[in-house]
Amino acid sequence: MIRWLLLLMLAAGPALAVGDPADQLPDPAQEERARVIGRELRCMVCQNQSIEDSDADLARDLRRIVREQVAQGKPDDAVFRFVHERYGDFVLLKPPFKPETALLWGMPAIALLGGALLIRGMRRRQRVAPGPQELTQAERDRLAQLSGRPRE
Amino acid sequence: MIPEIGHFALALALALSLAQALVGLAGAQRADARLMGAAGPIAAGVLVTVAAAFACLVWAYVANDTTVLNVVQNSHSLKPTLYKISGAWGNHEGSMLLWVLILALCGGAVAAFGGNLPSALQARVLGVLALVALGFLGFILATSNPFERIWPPPMDGQGLNPILQDPGLAFHPPLLYLGYVGFAVTYAFAVAALIEGRVDAAWGRWVRPWALAAWSFLTLGIALGSWWAYYELGWGGYWFWDPVENASLLPWLAGCALLHSAIVVEKREALKTWTVFLALLAFGMSLLGTFLVRSGVLNSVHAFANDPARGTVILILLAVYIGGGFLLFAWRAQAMLPTGVFTPVSREGALVLNNLLLCSIAAVVLAGTLYPMFADLVLGEKFSVGPPFFNTAIFPLAVPLIGAMTLGPLMPWKRARLFPALQRLWWAALAGLVALVLCFAIEGYRVGPALGFGAAVWVILAAVADIADRIALFSRPRAAWARAKGLPRAAWGGALAHAGMGVMILGLAGMGLATDTLRLVKPGESVALAGYDYRLVGVADAPGPNFSARRATVEVRDGGRLVTVLTPERRSFPVARMTTTEAAIHTNWLADLYVVLGEEREGGAVLRIHHNPLAPWIWLGAAIMALGGGISLSDRRVRVSAPAPKAVKAGARA
Amino acid sequence: MSEAAPNPEAAAWRRRALLLAPLAVAGLGGAGFYAMLRGLGTGNYDPRGVPSALIGKAPPDFSLPPLEGTGLPGLSAADLKTGKPLLVNFFASWCVPCVIEHPQLMRLARDGVAIMGIAYKDKPADSLGFLKQRGTPYARLGVDQPGRVAIDWGLYGVPETYLLDKSGIIRWRMAGPITEEILAQQVTPLLRRTA
Repeated sequence: MIRWLLLLMLAAGPALAVGDPADQLPDPAQEERARVIGRELRCMVCQNQSIEDSDADLARDLRRIVREQVAQGKPDDAVFRFVHERYGDFVLLKPPFKPETALLWGMPAIALLGGALLIRGMRRRQRVAPGPQELTQAERDRLAQLSGRPRE
Repeated sequence: MIPEIGHFALALALALSLAQALVGLAGAQRADARLMGAAGPIAAGVLVTVAAAFACLVWAYVANDTTVLNVVQNSHSLKPTLYKISGAWGNHEGSMLLWVLILALCGGAVAAFGGNLPSALQARVLGVLALVALGFLGFILATSNPFERIWPPPMDGQGLNPILQDPGLAFHPPLLYLGYVGFAVTYAFAVAALIEGRVDAAWGRWVRPWALAAWSFLTLGIALGSWWAYYELGWGGYWFWDPVENASLLPWLAGCALLHSAIVVEKREALKTWTVFLALLAFGMSLLGTFLVRSGVLNSVHAFANDPARGTVILILLAVYIGGGFLLFAWRAQAMLPTGVFTPVSREGALVLNNLLLCSIAAVVLAGTLYPMFADLVLGEKFSVGPPFFNTAIFPLAVPLIGAMTLGPLMPWKRARLFPALQRLWWAALAGLVALVLCFAIEGYRVGPALGFGAAVWVILAAVADIADRIALFSRPRAAWARAKGLPRAAWGGALAHAGMGVMILGLAGMGLATDTLRLVKPGESVALAGYDYRLVGVADAPGPNFSARRATVEVRDGGRLVTVLTPERRSFPVARMTTTEAAIHTNWLADLYVVLGEEREGGAVLRIHHNPLAPWIWLGAAIMALGGGISLSDRRVRVSAPAPKAVKAGARA
Repeated sequence: MSEAAPNPEAAAWRRRALLLAPLAVAGLGGAGFYAMLRGLGTGNYDPRGVPSALIGKAPPDFSLPPLEGTGLPGLSAADLKTGKPLLVNFFASWCVPCVIEHPQLMRLARDGVAIMGIAYKDKPADSLGFLKQRGTPYARLGVDQPGRVAIDWGLYGVPETYLLDKSGIIRWRMAGPITEEILAQQVTPLLRRTA
């Protein structure tokens, strides 16, 4: 199945990302931070890759911008804001939480809660359906007789 | 001539499928033994005709028959024979034919090995399978005929995408389809049960082997695809949460829930309605994947099959099979009264929890996959849902799932207490904790990998504890061997599959500690990474059969000792006008040493070197899981359905 | 049975509704997919198209040097407030679709529409050759060789064209060539409406 995805990648970029060492930041901690940020940004041209994984020209430019800003000491959310202001929600691989995405972000809770309610309902039904029936008057009499206690 | 025979065989298969559907369903409805008896032989006829059609297509590929349009579009005379053959299913039309071939195989198997099924159930299952085959054969013949001719024939084909010329990918689709189509059989069982209006322990027993087989193949298929992405794409990634990957993960999750809930039906006669629903769902998810991948509604497949007309036909098939199944479910499931009662703390309680969590994960994956499309359609907003979302949203569901899968097998049916089960796992928990602390001590503050190692050790040892407990290894060690031999294979298979999951988590945790480096290296220079020295010897031309390549030679040393010589390549394919990178990988099972060749400049070459700890364990774990499924499948109790026909009838009205 | 025994009638209905739920969800999904397939045919649903994040906003602040040899002035954000609607067009000589849209730009320029050009990641000599050969539709022309200003605009490919209304707010963006159809159906009506 992944091959369909590949066809698209190949259609989009001439080669898969190998990267350019010249773009890297000298400080490994900063480079790592830039990478973590880059992995959450979508390459606009290739559609299914993050900018870290793509060799497209635009992805490369964005990689450089992210690294510049990280080197300037900007915090992560400032870098995300910079890219988001220009490219909108689509560029964020982790969709922002807002009313339009509430259903998406709420899905784990919705599924769990719905499932739990379903299970509760199932258990209650089971108790209702084959549960012990009330004793008939005759049975109660017989029981009373056997236990040797007087009838109520 | 041969393509026409193939085309004719397909048409014949269509007619036979129609007959099989009619005979099976009507025969069972009228309780006509003669009609029901005819369904099996017709199923064999469908198998023969579809196999003949498939053989004709493969022949056209092997002979490179350029009068067949499909061959022209997807093959080339210079391609190695293996890829000529795999090219037959490496495209839309051929893969649909393979899909139907596997469906016909399943039908044949139900006919051949279903002798111990009640004849009405067998006839109905065959009838429903024939209905599915009918739809897809009609689809192939109407919109995706692989035998279409082209005249005048071109000199040669246009070649298969070079990146697909790979042994891993040649077998990836057949395995996936074995999984998808296997769920067609459980679907057919569910529909048959709904028509009959009854589900009992025997039904659960017949459904489970099919669910197990389908799930095992799907596990292998997904793992093979993921492994291929890892070594072929060349950046060390193995799972991208791409919509097309999710399309294969969804039936896997539903199928995993199904094969667990079928156990509850079989042992406790509970969760019947739910299990029928899951059987419908698993196949529905397979079909949904087919639709998403082939219709063009996903931007992921834009370059391949953007054909709304074809998509409409698949959508109609979806409406018939999924809609029809759920309609029948809404109408008939009412009749199936629950009988078994379960308490939360018990084996069945743990299995219910497993189902809840697996289905919640499936819901999240489904929502994440479809959300961008529906947000675009309904709200007109564009969102991306990528790996960071899935990792964040699934993590809180995966943690309790791991808990349930370790504790569940140790709990008795009906009524259990948590404490004794925990007591038998204390050493596994301790070992997991040690692994977690060790990871922190060695690798520093890396929460994800540390939790992963802890969980992996806990899961693997819990599987060991399960077996140890069953054979009373600690309480009566002398009799342990005898008990081990007597232990049903399903128990071994289950424990093995769970341990396989642990092995996979181990691999995932290891990959969390992966490191890499990107350098411009001149010949003779070396790069150090994770204790190894990588020295570039040189880069040279290396011609291939249908490509030309530049090949780097990299010597890997561990403190002066030569470990291996890696030769990553950059290949360019003139026919397809494409360049690919071939990563060179050396594994010592503790880590993969992984080198990719980038561009050459300034008298040197760009090398990207990855050190991927425990990477192969991801796919090894998946293989162990599938093996566990296979061992479970070989259990005598699964193959020979134990309850005699009489017992079935007695329990049927429940 | 301490819990109040549920009304059996209501319980049965609940169960029926529950059993119908999968069908309802599948039906809704199917209807959505059908709408998508139809939209793919009519162009209403495009899984690839991405709207600009700058719609309804003022353009980013920038200042670009002129292209030597054209005699046209350079381009900066201040030049985009003319009191009339205008187009900002990113192009490059290496971009094939730019050739396709060029005649439409020339026609717009003849009709008196102000088009501001930005040469994206292009060698000045190549841009000059491109314009010499095909004509210059631009009122002003900035050179963005590093492509940084383009990123401030949220550009993800060339050609891309932005339409600014008379108060200088971005109202519309086209990613891809302006064909005759798009010119007639979208650009011309929009220019009239934003004037």
